Amino acid sequence: MLNLVIVVAVVLILAILITIFRVSTLVGIVRGNTTKQVSPANKIQASLMIVFLVLGIIGFFYFSFGGLDESYVQPLASEHGAVTDRLFWITMAITCFVFIVTQILLFGFSYKYQHREDRKAFYYPHNNTLEYIWTGIPAVVLALLIISGWKAWVDITQKAPDDSEVIEVLGYQYSWAVRYGGADGKIGDYDYKKTDASNVAGMDLTDRSTHDDFFGRELHVPKGKPVLLNIRARDVIHSVYSPHFRLQMNAVPGMPTRFWFVPTKSTADLRIETGNPDFNFELVCNKICGKGHFGMKYIIVVDEPEDYAKWYAEQEPWLKQNPEYLSEVPADLRDAAMIAAGIETIPAAQAVDNLVVRNSR
Amino acid sequence: MSENGDMGHHDEHDHDHEQSFISKYIFSTDHKIIAKQFLITGIFWAIIGGALSVIFRLQLGFPDMDLEWLRPLLGKWITTSGKLDSEFYLALVTMHGTIMVFFVLTAGLSGTFSNFLIPLQIGARDMASGFMNMLSYWFFFLSSVIMFISLFLETGPAAGGWTVYPPLSALPQAIQGSAAGMTLWLVAMVFFIASTLLGGINYITTVINLRTEGMSFSRLPLTIWAFFITAVIGLLSFPVLFAAALLLVFDRSFGTSFYLSQIYIGGEALPNMGGSPILYQHLFWFLGHPEVYIVILPALGITSEIIATNSRKPIFGYRAMIGSMLAIAFLSFIVWAHHMFVTGMNPFLGSIFMFLTLIIAVPSAVKAFNYITTLWKGNIVFTPGMLFSIGLVSFFISGGLTGLFLGNSAVDINLHDTYFVVAHFHLVMGSASFFGLLAGVYHWFPKMFGRMMDEKLGYIHFWSTFVGVYLVFFPLHYIGIAGFPRRYYSFTSFDAFSTFADLNSFVSIAAILTFGAQFIFLFNFFYSIYRGRRAPANPWKSNTLEWTTPVNPGHGNWPGEIPKVYRWPYDYSKPGAEDDFIPQTVPYSATPESNTDYENELAKPEEVTPKVKAEDEA
Repeated sequence: MLNLVIVVAVVLILAILITIFRVSTLVGIVRGNTTKQVSPANKIQASLMIVFLVLGIIGFFYFSFGGLDESYVQPLASEHGAVTDRLFWITMAITCFVFIVTQILLFGFSYKYQHREDRKAFYYPHNNTLEYIWTGIPAVVLALLIISGWKAWVDITQKAPDDSEVIEVLGYQYSWAVRYGGADGKIGDYDYKKTDASNVAGMDLTDRSTHDDFFGRELHVPKGKPVLLNIRARDVIHSVYSPHFRLQMNAVPGMPTRFWFVPTKSTADLRIETGNPDFNFELVCNKICGKGHFGMKYIIVVDEPEDYAKWYAEQEPWLKQNPEYLSEVPADLRDAAMIAAGIETIPAAQAVDNLVVRNSR
Repeated sequence: MSENGDMGHHDEHDHDHEQSFISKYIFSTDHKIIAKQFLITGIFWAIIGGALSVIFRLQLGFPDMDLEWLRPLLGKWITTSGKLDSEFYLALVTMHGTIMVFFVLTAGLSGTFSNFLIPLQIGARDMASGFMNMLSYWFFFLSSVIMFISLFLETGPAAGGWTVYPPLSALPQAIQGSAAGMTLWLVAMVFFIASTLLGGINYITTVINLRTEGMSFSRLPLTIWAFFITAVIGLLSFPVLFAAALLLVFDRSFGTSFYLSQIYIGGEALPNMGGSPILYQHLFWFLGHPEVYIVILPALGITSEIIATNSRKPIFGYRAMIGSMLAIAFLSFIVWAHHMFVTGMNPFLGSIFMFLTLIIAVPSAVKAFNYITTLWKGNIVFTPGMLFSIGLVSFFISGGLTGLFLGNSAVDINLHDTYFVVAHFHLVMGSASFFGLLAGVYHWFPKMFGRMMDEKLGYIHFWSTFVGVYLVFFPLHYIGIAGFPRRYYSFTSFDAFSTFADLNSFVSIAAILTFGAQFIFLFNFFYSIYRGRRAPANPWKSNTLEWTTPVNPGHGNWPGEIPKVYRWPYDYSKPGAEDDFIPQTVPYSATPESNTDYENELAKPEEVTPKVKAEDEA
């Protein structure tokens, strides 16, 4: 019943609007508006141009400088992010200036030079000097932007430092697997055909480096040290994205990619900075990957270096959690694998020693 | 096909041979009818594409809303809890993009105005090949039918984003939309490409060969230059999309591994080895980037013409406008990889493409400055077409400037695939081109249908749409700077994206109202076709040739001889001239009062037939 009322109401409103439209058209014809080249509405349009310009610029500045309830700038927590943020804001300053000036000219001229019967437009087909100027100035400004952007890009994409903490990040529908090198610090080989429900990363256990590899429930990284993410995907393209670190790199099946960065603030630091005791860095997927694309969240924890070392030492190798996979280890490596994975009791001190050796390298 | 060239034997066009309804309105070879066919089909698709965006904006703006009332329309895509299915959400954004980019802004814009204006403005009786032109439309129609059917499939339409990157688009295991929906998408695109190529070949041939006497390239209206360059770009880039699609078909159906390698999905390892998903991206964007210029250049051409006419001034820097279009066209082919800065492509390539990408801002800036200077000291008449053209320039500037962020690979790292990108391209290519389309419809409606559209409704339509578009897309910049990823069904599970729920609701409301405002246009359009005020021969006092035809031109356009052209199309408000416009058909020898010395020289050898002189009736 309600639906019917709504439909009837809509039909009536439409009928009224059309009637108004018809009446105003007829009135216009009687007044002779239609015979004039320029209708009286021309003036109104010109005035609306100015109204739009003024309200638009006020709105732009108001909302850009604190008018929104929430900040649109995410806190920054990486070294290269400081560089790209600076570039971002320099570009912003330049574009805002151009934006405001050109919009003022566009709408201002529209208003100022609105049609008047007594005026004739100025025949002004070209002016080479002007055209050189506004080809030249953008070219110079763009050259500066290109050079600064290029420098930053080269720095960001250069080879990671040798002492980087290397972590493998694997994207799959719809989560991430994060693999560390374990005691030997080396991330072992993989073969995608070995993937199964437990062996999510397809570790190739014939490579002894895999035996002590472990997976992080969160992506832990040490503050102030370079971190190299070796990125791959298992099924479709994903993208490793974390806005706080200004980092993004696609995860591509069949083509490993990488991205390195230096976290500059720990999770604890950010909790103080944001005043949010539950703050967490997040790893999100930023390349459409299917139904659960919007749910590929993984917590990133930035630890102080000593906390990181402690956490690292506490992690259990994957092989220890899944000892049945020992059968995939070649017989001659099996003893070593058991030692590496800590499946037989070995002195805790030795594991710590290994870690110290690894970190000092 | 031979109808156009033989200017001597024009008599057969004077008395249109009796045509059946089918050959006149359906399988017509008249470029004007074909243009209208493209326009009406484009409008149909624009409604569908807009409606899809309203549905996903409901989800983004009001994630808790009960959408049970959409069940009659969407069926099982509304979950039992009354929510939109998250996979169908992706299908919606995919189809919205595909429809808007290809079916509305490529076919609807180029198809309509290249077809309609090229013969009329260069002084030809029809396209070089009327039959190919007809085929072009019917391939597009076939493509439309197939794409439309795909919306109703059990497994849904394609859902891998409008760029349909494999492996997602290659593997039905990855997403349902990659099953039959993707197959139909590919088939539809193949027909679409065929349609574009048939059209493009025709446009190019017609512009080169069928210009009337005196219509040199340096006297072509900028609209024609824009359509011509657009057709060349399309001809060079669409075949690459065809290749990309074909290889994808092979990967999907015949077990090849062009794009697939080392994939484990749905509990099994696929045998494909050695392919590269990046290869697809290179091929796709080799079309995809020129495609955005295929979309925007015709709009810029239309705008150039409308702004000059209604400012009553020559377009400022005619040659610079042509030069910048040529530069944009050339550069558009060597910037594609700026869509791929963070795909893992060699960073060195990233440097090169950043350099080339930012260069393209220079010719774009020249165009914007030239538009503004054209307004300067004009005598501006705000027809609805003029308003939409000014709106286009505003969008072109706003959206173009944000390209400086995204084209900079270092800055792009954090902005790639966020709402900042969405805001950027919706302004600079989506809304700007859409405004070009609307401006063109308002401006050439009198020529198309012999009647005028209602001006007041046009004003209401303009202001509600113009303000609406800014209210929709400007806030997205903020959301994008905050790092919100695009194509997200919901942001609730992330702390980083827990903000801006209100802003998203605001954007959705603005989007719905803006979409609603388009019905004012639809009413005005269809009402005016039948009941609009009868149009005078040259309602905007314009210089170009189309206004020298009868109000309702028949097949063949001009009843008598094709008019000769003596001057460029932008002699508005020429000093000394009595009127503030001098049509292209007026010889210099008839206007000694306004000629420059150089033009007086040109006037001497002019052979003027008395008939053409008489045509200066407006």
